[in-house]
This record gives sequence, C-alpha cells and structure tokens, in this order.
Amino acid sequence: MILDARGSFCPGPLMELIRGIKQAKVGEELEVWSSDQGSKKDIPFWIQKAGHQLLGVVEEQGYARFIVKKLK
Amino acid sequence: MKKVVILGGGVGGTIVANLLAKKLRPEEAEITVVDKTGKHVYQPGFVYVAFEHKKPEKLVRDERRLLRKRVKLVLGEAVKIDAEGKQVHLADGTVLDYDRLVVALGARLTPDELPGYKEAAHHFYSLEGSMELRKSLEAFQGGKIVVTVASVPYKCPPAPSEAACQLDYYFTKRGIRDKVDIHFLSPLSRVFPLEPVNPVVEQVFAKHHIRSTIFFNAESVDPEKRIVNSIEGESIPYDLLIMVPPHRGAKVVEESGLGDRGGWLPTDKFTLRTKAHADIFALGDCTDVPVSKSGAAAHFQAKVIAESIVADLRGEPATARYDGHVMCYCDAGYHKGISMSFDYEHPPVPPPLGLKDWMGKRFLNRVYWMLVPAGRV
Repeated sequence: MILDARGSFCPGPLMELIRGIKQAKVGEELEVWSSDQGSKKDIPFWIQKAGHQLLGVVEEQGYARFIVKKLK
Repeated sequence: MKKVVILGGGVGGTIVANLLAKKLRPEEAEITVVDKTGKHVYQPGFVYVAFEHKKPEKLVRDERRLLRKRVKLVLGEAVKIDAEGKQVHLADGTVLDYDRLVVALGARLTPDELPGYKEAAHHFYSLEGSMELRKSLEAFQGGKIVVTVASVPYKCPPAPSEAACQLDYYFTKRGIRDKVDIHFLSPLSRVFPLEPVNPVVEQVFAKHHIRSTIFFNAESVDPEKRIVNSIEGESIPYDLLIMVPPHRGAKVVEESGLGDRGGWLPTDKFTLRTKAHADIFALGDCTDVPVSKSGAAAHFQAKVIAESIVADLRGEPATARYDGHVMCYCDAGYHKGISMSFDYEHPPVPPPLGLKDWMGKRFLNRVYWMLVPAGRV
C-alpha cells in the first residue's frame, strides 16, 4: 500500500501511516511518502513505539519514502 | 442543457451550487443539490452546545433558504453513483443524469468501528451527541475525564484540544476544577496536530493543569472497567470519556466502489477532480486530499470547483487550482483564542493567544449564515 502524503505538513504523513496501519493486515508492507522534514523524526519514533518495523527510508527528489511492515 | 448534480448540502456543496447559479446563465445549466435532510448544520457550533448553553436550533437552517432560487433541491439519499453511465441513483428510485457531478457528502461517523465506543464514549460531533455530553457534564461532580479521538483522520484536527481547554474553563466556572483531572490523549507525537502551533497549546495545557499523553491511538474501550486501550499497548482509566468518534468516507462512495480502504474518495489535491473520473469533482471531508478535514477547506475548494465546472461547460480550459488553504479559529476558554492559516506551501505561523481571535471565532459564528453559504467570501 502506498500512502502519498507529499505536500501535507506534519503530522499529515504520520496520520496517513496510522490510518494505513489500522487498515493493513499483519505482515503487510506500507510505504508512506512525505515531503515534510518533521516526518523523519515522527514516523520512526511512532513505528518504534507502536511495535512495527521500519524496513527503510529512501530519499527521493524532494521527498522521502518510509517503508514499514505491520508486525501485530 | 447541461446538468450539474451536487451531492450534499453542507458548506462545500451549498457554495458550489450558489456560485454556479451566479456564474452560469439559466440556459447553460441546470443545477441540482441532493441532500438527505434538507437541513444545513453549522458544525463548528457543536462545541458551544456541549460546553456552553448554545441552543441547538441556532445551528440549523433550511437548506432551501440558503440556496439561490434557480438551484433545484432534491431531498433524498444517493445510494449509487454510476460513473460510467453518468447517473446518480437515489433511495426512492429517482435517477439523475449529470454532465458534471460534485461529491460534497462530508465524513460519516462510524461508532461501531471501535469496540466499546457506543457504550462508553461521549462526543460533540453531532447535535445529539453534544446535548448528551452537556447533560453528562452537568451531572459530573468530580473524577477523571479523558479526552481523545477514536481514530485518524477526523474532522477539525484542533477540536479535541479545544475541548480539553473548554472542559478546564467549564469546571473552573463551576468552582470544582480542583476535583476534576483532565487527561488528553493525542494519537500523534505532540498534543496539537500542527507543529508550529503546538508550543502555544502545550503552554495552555501546562498553565491549566491539563495532563497529556502522546502516541495514543485507541484500539478498544472497556465500558465496564472504564479503561481505554491503545494500539501502542497502553491502558488508561477514566470516569468520563470524551472521544471523537471513528470516521469513514461517504457510504454511497464506498458502496459504488469509488472509495479507498477508508471510504475516502481519491481526489487530485489541486484540480479537485476525482482521480478515476475527470467529470466527477469532490471536496471537503469526503475526499483523501491531504489537508485538515474542515469546513474552511471545503469553503475554499468550492470556489475552485465552481470555476472549473463553468470552464468545462463552456469548453474552455479549466485552470483553477486549490492551493491547500485552510484557516481556523480555536477557543481556548477565558475569552482567549488562536487562529491559524496555512496552505500546501506555507505552514502556519505560530500565533499569539488572545482576545482578538476569540472574538474572531464568535464573529464568524454569527456572520456565517449571511456570508459563507452564499459564496460572498
């Protein structure tokens, strides 16, 4: 599932991710795209707190892709 | 003659209809609004029904009286959008053809989505809910009140923190604030959704002894034990639970196979045309546009849609674009308020808390009916 939250200010991208995680199945991978700098702190912090796995952060031109696996 | 059908007589749908009626000659298009109740409700006033003594009937007007004469109002519920056949089917069997469709149906409250919600939670997201909350507050003599949201996204992101401030003010006025523990649970990494505004709200919370916990996304409520549990693994007890209900997109969008997994209608954030069908526009809370779900966003989006439809029907290029503009006022109690204005390119500037924005909110509540639905501002 790809959640494109580019152009949305923090916490838009994190809200998109939380919404996506709630809708996803355990084991499913999600990608959230964010152009907001605050996401680099917020998103990994929440993933850790909520007990999911951050598979990677890929820097693209003007935005970052956060790849997350739902673990529970 | 071309036909424009608008689903929903809320702020966005009403403005689109009135602007089209103003810009298009009668022989150019027939404009129809479909609304389930025929009543236009001013939702920002709900908080004053719950925490003050605002009369619920002051927040409701007949939609017919807010629409220009030549706009046709059909009372009914859309049950199917046939995007290929360019038709909308209503529950009573009526079928409406369209050349351009505007989906302005808002978000749907879905309390069944969170286990325990219906039995346990109070909210101020409907007139009925706000009136019940007022009764519960009047009966409350002390204990712990938890304020939070059932899920994201939800309408009016600042509303829960505004409610926490209103609770503090309410019990201070009643003289029993020292007997009430207010605990605010935020689903996000801070108490207020918008980062530049967060320090102001944190100061208000600290000054008025409103406790907060971050990263709390509700998973279930246990009405017997009076505990709310989060997907992050925390459990928090309460005596009175005020929780924004779960939201989904419009039912007809979902049932017509047009929504995403949350029922939100995938919509281009600039042109406001739906991603799958260029002749269907969508605005406001029912879309997946990455801005706050708020009347202000619907208000600004309505103007873009009206301009685009006029261009489409006249065979001209549609150049209007939505820039993500949203603005809102928050009432922090004690005659103090803050306002915020932002768009896709410009985050909100940290605002001062003061009387001016408190008055701004009160003023808007009064002049809304004259200025906003007609598209005058």
